[in-house]
Amino acid sequence: MAISGTSTGWPRVARYAVLTLVAALVLFPVYVMVVGAFKSGGQVLDDPLLPTSVSFDTLRDAWSAGKLGRALVNSTVVAVLVTVAQVITAVLSAYAFAYLRFPAKNVVFAVFLATLLVPFEATVVVNRSTIQDLGWLNSYQGLALPFLATAFGTFLVRQVFMQLPKELREASQMDGLGHVGFLREVAVPLARPTIGALALFSFLSTWNQYLWPTVVSTDDDWNTVQSGLRALSQAQIDKPNLVIAAGTVIVALPISVVLLVFQRQLVRGLTAGAVKG
Amino acid sequence: MTTARQRRTRREWGLAALLLTPSLVILGVFVLYPLGRAISLGHQRCDATGTRCRDNGWDQYLDVFRSREFQRALGVTFRFALMTVPIGLVLGVALAVLVDKQLRGMSVYRTIFSSTVATSVAVASLMWFFLLEPSVGVLADWIGGTAKTPGLLRDDSTALWAVAVSSIWANLGFTFIVATAGLQSIPAELYESAYVDGAGGWTRFSNVTVPMLGPTLLFASVVLTGRAFQSYGEFDLLTGGGPNGSTTSLTYLIYGKNSTIKSDLGLQSSVAVLLFVVLLVLSLVQVRSVERRVHYGN
Amino acid sequence: MAYGSVVASVRLESVTKTFGPVGESGDPASVAVDDVTLHIHDHEFMILLGPSGCGKSTLLRIISGLEEPTAGVVFIGDTDVTDMEPKHRDVAMVFQSYALYPHKTVQANIEFPLKVRKVPPKDRAEQAEAAATLLGLTDLLKRKPGQLSGGQRQRVALARAIVRRPAVFCMDEPLSNLDAKLRGETRAELVALHQRLESTFVYVTHDQVEAMTMGSRVAVMNRGRIEQVGTPAEVYGRPESVFVAQFIGTPPMNIFPAGLVERSEVIVGIRPEHVAIDAAAALRATVALVEHLGHETLVHCRAGDLRVAVRLDADEVAPAVHTEVGLAFPEAHRHRFDPATSRRLTSFVPADVASTKGAGA
Repeated sequence: MAISGTSTGWPRVARYAVLTLVAALVLFPVYVMVVGAFKSGGQVLDDPLLPTSVSFDTLRDAWSAGKLGRALVNSTVVAVLVTVAQVITAVLSAYAFAYLRFPAKNVVFAVFLATLLVPFEATVVVNRSTIQDLGWLNSYQGLALPFLATAFGTFLVRQVFMQLPKELREASQMDGLGHVGFLREVAVPLARPTIGALALFSFLSTWNQYLWPTVVSTDDDWNTVQSGLRALSQAQIDKPNLVIAAGTVIVALPISVVLLVFQRQLVRGLTAGAVKG
Repeated sequence: MTTARQRRTRREWGLAALLLTPSLVILGVFVLYPLGRAISLGHQRCDATGTRCRDNGWDQYLDVFRSREFQRALGVTFRFALMTVPIGLVLGVALAVLVDKQLRGMSVYRTIFSSTVATSVAVASLMWFFLLEPSVGVLADWIGGTAKTPGLLRDDSTALWAVAVSSIWANLGFTFIVATAGLQSIPAELYESAYVDGAGGWTRFSNVTVPMLGPTLLFASVVLTGRAFQSYGEFDLLTGGGPNGSTTSLTYLIYGKNSTIKSDLGLQSSVAVLLFVVLLVLSLVQVRSVERRVHYGN
Repeated sequence: MAYGSVVASVRLESVTKTFGPVGESGDPASVAVDDVTLHIHDHEFMILLGPSGCGKSTLLRIISGLEEPTAGVVFIGDTDVTDMEPKHRDVAMVFQSYALYPHKTVQANIEFPLKVRKVPPKDRAEQAEAAATLLGLTDLLKRKPGQLSGGQRQRVALARAIVRRPAVFCMDEPLSNLDAKLRGETRAELVALHQRLESTFVYVTHDQVEAMTMGSRVAVMNRGRIEQVGTPAEVYGRPESVFVAQFIGTPPMNIFPAGLVERSEVIVGIRPEHVAIDAAAALRATVALVEHLGHETLVHCRAGDLRVAVRLDADEVAPAVHTEVGLAFPEAHRHRFDPATSRRLTSFVPADVASTKGAGA
């Protein structure tokens, strides 16, 4: 956009000023929290904006009080489980929609579409009792099961499959490849960028689940990092202190690293619905 | 007699069934069944164990809808959406437009504004809790609250705004990324031809950027509205639905710790179904009202 | 690399293909291929020629097995393959868009049909090597399709087709994505390839130059039907219908409505090179445009509503624009067609075809 970028002098200074101000506002809460996390208990209200000391005491307290080690393991297991399952179910169902002829295809498609309209928050009550009936409260199955398939993932992958030239399927037919072979050898490798974006998106949204783990985990040992953080903060609520900041830092850190590494894929996943293909 | 062709067709059907079954089972058991079950539970009253329910007639939906608690929570939810969605959109688009130049340092700003996308609702909320809570809060000192006065989160008139600010902050990354992608999908020739036609910066923005950004804005607005209506963690961690129910949203009415209906599966389902209906209507209204004015590129 | 061991004739018997609803009341199904019977001989280079939408590609896809005929039977050799999947047919196909696997190297692309057929890796590499050598691809084996030019991709597609030594090659406008110069070179190479492989080629094109230069026989198609099958010389020199007469030849044959040139109810056609400019001729026309093409000169004339194209050799003197000329249509070169059916009236054979017939076959 070379032409819209012709501003010089004042407009440019103003632009930098506004951006810097907003950036500072965006980073401010992060800064305060990080500074707080490295203080030790006595310094709660002393110079909250200045890193007067670097102490790991508070972080250590938060780690043990919130059982955050166990929570990190739980979150990782559940997020990996859900991510792998979502990718598999999405690829399989997307292939059926994109490449196979079968009766009532439109009806099945409409069913998938309909599930997109149902807010998860409206189904939690019944889903909890389903998990309870299965005896899976406080378990990895209970935490992961409802999210093993999504219509979003199916549509995302279906869209890439449908954008592959149809001659590729025909060429593979001539080469003697069946559907399963084509899926494995051609369709999936070519859809890899989108599948990567879907995987990252699934991982992040599972990792960040809040309501569901607080509902199906009644035992501290089955907290994810989110429900663990909640438990930590609820325990301190009467006399809030730096432990909350420390716990938040611990929970935020791994996902920030993931984000820094996979920024491009995430953008692709987030904008998949926005830019018409 | 079955021909080879018929056998092949059958095999294709079988394969389709095989590929679709995992997704259909999950979506059926955890999305469609609960919706149906909630609709049916919604006209029943249940005891605390949730095992014994009795029919209370379909007008229970009407009763719930008219109830003071529901109306109040609906009001809170709407106000929350009206606080977060427009401000979030304007902020996201404005920042995306400001950053969308080939100037030195823009990638740094881009990273900063995108960064909140990965923060979970718990992290974002507790960050703001740490700022706003009077006993530890940094901001509390500056904006009048002290350890003795209640602070923004504990004042009826400011609590919802405080939660909204945290939510806008948390959503900024998403809105910014989507708006940036939308801007980058606008062909440069459109700006060039507007420039050749003598359009100034503002004219180009209002006549090229805004209309071409239509589909993106619609998408972001539908997503943000959905998020606002489904917000739960912010309320849970920042205010606990209080003070005096001034931040009890619809989801918090169903699941929150101060929920008066938490022991009644029937009433919970009633509210959940109404939440679904309200959100559905709202999404349709947004899509319909914007669709006529939206320009889909090419 | 002689492929001549298999008998690879292709026989289509009354093949019909309709798309859309069949047998339902209301809207009629669209007919892509309409009751086509065609015998393609072993080792023949058969061209399916026609305008877009004439059904030639559908017919090719029926031969390859990508499309199932609505009615009719397909034989390859002595085997009824009508209900057979492509992979059991011993047929390879080259697509217009080449359809290379973008994520595989050239080598992997060429080897792929063998890999699918579980050929051991060592044999695979040898056969791929041979195919690559034949098509001059040995230096490109490690590249991906995205790094190749259009002509190179086209060769990879050919290599992938020949590597498993199919009895029949189906090609769907394989040259149409190449620029004009490359297309000319590749035409000659394809003919050479056909002679080396000694297998059956079925080649779809809308380009009459490709049809005339490459085919051992040409099947001219129009609206789902075959108008004529014959050697290039036959379809040019003795068109069986008005459609063929006008589709083949540039500029196309001059066609005169019934009663205009001859008194009877007969449509008369004559090729531009056979129209004589003759001051004494009865038909007077005005010269509208003269095109000097170097090796020949085209004179476009107008007589009332009638337009007549005349082709002159380069050394002949062309009349000036706007002058009046007389046009003569020598009896020996007239083609006569039935106005009712547009088919050729067979009682008459132009002299030059009678003398050259058989030379091209």
